[in-house]
Amino acid sequence: MTEKIGGKVIKFGNNVNTDVIIPGRYLVSIDPLELAKHAFEPLGLEVQKRLWASQVVVGGSNFGCGSAREQAASSLIGAGIKAVIAKSFSRVFFRNCINTGLPAVECPEAAEAALDGGELWLDLDAGIADVQGKNYRFAAFPESLKQLLDAGGLIPYIAKYVLPQQRAAKG
Amino acid sequence: MGKTFAEKVLARAAGVTEATPGKVLDVFPDLYMSPMASWRCIRTMEKLGTDQIYDVDRIAMVMDHIAPAQTTKTADDQRVCREYAARKGIKKFYDVNAGIAHLVLSEEGHIRPGMVVIGSDSHTTIYGSLGAFGTGVGFSELTAAWVTGKIWMKVPQSLKVVIEGPLARGSSSKDVMLKLIGELSADGATYMSVEFHGSYIEGLSVSDRMTLCNLAMELGAKNGFVRPDEITRSYLAGRGVAPDQYGELHPDSDAVYVKSVTIDGRSLAPQIACPHTVDNVKPIEQVVGTKVNQVFIGSCANAKYEDLVEAAQILKGRKVASGVRLLVSPASKEIVARIVKDGTFSILLEAGALITNPGCSACAGDGGVMADGEVTLSTANRNFQGRMGSYKAEIYLGSPAVAAATAIKGVIADPREFIK
Repeated sequence: MTEKIGGKVIKFGNNVNTDVIIPGRYLVSIDPLELAKHAFEPLGLEVQKRLWASQVVVGGSNFGCGSAREQAASSLIGAGIKAVIAKSFSRVFFRNCINTGLPAVECPEAAEAALDGGELWLDLDAGIADVQGKNYRFAAFPESLKQLLDAGGLIPYIAKYVLPQQRAAKG
Repeated sequence: MGKTFAEKVLARAAGVTEATPGKVLDVFPDLYMSPMASWRCIRTMEKLGTDQIYDVDRIAMVMDHIAPAQTTKTADDQRVCREYAARKGIKKFYDVNAGIAHLVLSEEGHIRPGMVVIGSDSHTTIYGSLGAFGTGVGFSELTAAWVTGKIWMKVPQSLKVVIEGPLARGSSSKDVMLKLIGELSADGATYMSVEFHGSYIEGLSVSDRMTLCNLAMELGAKNGFVRPDEITRSYLAGRGVAPDQYGELHPDSDAVYVKSVTIDGRSLAPQIACPHTVDNVKPIEQVVGTKVNQVFIGSCANAKYEDLVEAAQILKGRKVASGVRLLVSPASKEIVARIVKDGTFSILLEAGALITNPGCSACAGDGGVMADGEVTLSTANRNFQGRMGSYKAEIYLGSPAVAAATAIKGVIADPREFIK
């Protein structure tokens, strides 16, 4: 994964919870495209329109707090979001992002510098966030998480690497 | 150097001698809990094209978030779970009549000291009330554990919370936690293991311990923990679980904590979390008089037997204010049986409460939703925008005693007025 990912930014504040990212009433679906229609619905249609036209979600501290719903991550993927970058994440949301194949990067400086409607590009291997031409460093993902992201998430990873091994071991 | 509970329990579940904070381990949980969302795991298994399960006896499914089904889609999701459980021989399957997963699994004796439990529900932290390590994960991770038996976990640092008691009149474990969340904020313990210590914990009921560990989640915690003692052992014995069926783990007295905070419960007033975040906490005198349309006594935080009795003591012989809806959703089937037997059910009913079937109920938006501009005082653990119906409605959080006093007055009310 050497190419940069990113694009247009939509920026949020601190403590954005997963009930706001995807309200509980829509959890009857696990289809990212269907979920994306309702992502950030509590904040109104204007915010949703900007989300759908963005590629990077920028959050403040404790982004994704609250419910463990995995659809908070997959609804963003369905909305065309390529990466989430924040000052800090709630632990379950961070795990859900990696497990659904959505890079979640903790970089307080870049999250602070990012402008709503501006551009942000990430080089995940080098650990560099490019915010309007200015570079910020972050800790690159450990190898194990990189493998999950490269496979497109935990389930594709298991299908590709773990199950074939189990089948081979069974002979 | 001494070890914390998290360091000990994760080392044991990973089969390693040392689990220092920050280290990433392959942990083998003892139990994988999934609520009604189990259908998502089953669909994921189908997508993976595998039928292989690491250990079917470690799977627990409880049909709790929407119960009974409201739509044909939900009915179908539940049918998928029911049929899968029967086909795979999943013995820890509990249907729509059972109640909230966390209570049901505790009551059934499936949660024991020293266990590691993962659940696709954030309030899985509640299992620390019985000396277990419980933490929330997404459904993909839960499914992966079904197949591989393991999950990666970073060993957390630990936060020591010392609570001094006994509590002041009119305050409860809920008020202790709201005070703590208000002081530390919603990410005050992000990624940390929260251990509860102090004189208040000695002799504290399992019900109150559940409230503490449940609400630790709202500090961002990975898990909550109360050291198992005679109260824990006696609760388990009552559930048919003998001491040789579990291995208690206690933190060392010289364990290293990232920090220690103290809450003095002896002077604590009832606390309220105001819209729309759980850490927007105020002492009750600042919000007394706020008009409500609905009061909800429910959720895994505060709809246990003791919570319903606490509310009933205030509601006894009184009536819910005109125009106010009081919804009571007992947390489990067992709790319903107990309140029916001891008369608490009748007290609540006569006061004007609408008593629903056991389950997550209004806390999960399953009934009890609000119209635009309405206000609910809830005993649940979350007050996020849109969680109970309209995005233009508001949720305040408080204790069962506050809920009862508020239902009587029709405005947020101080329970001390009703407690002699």
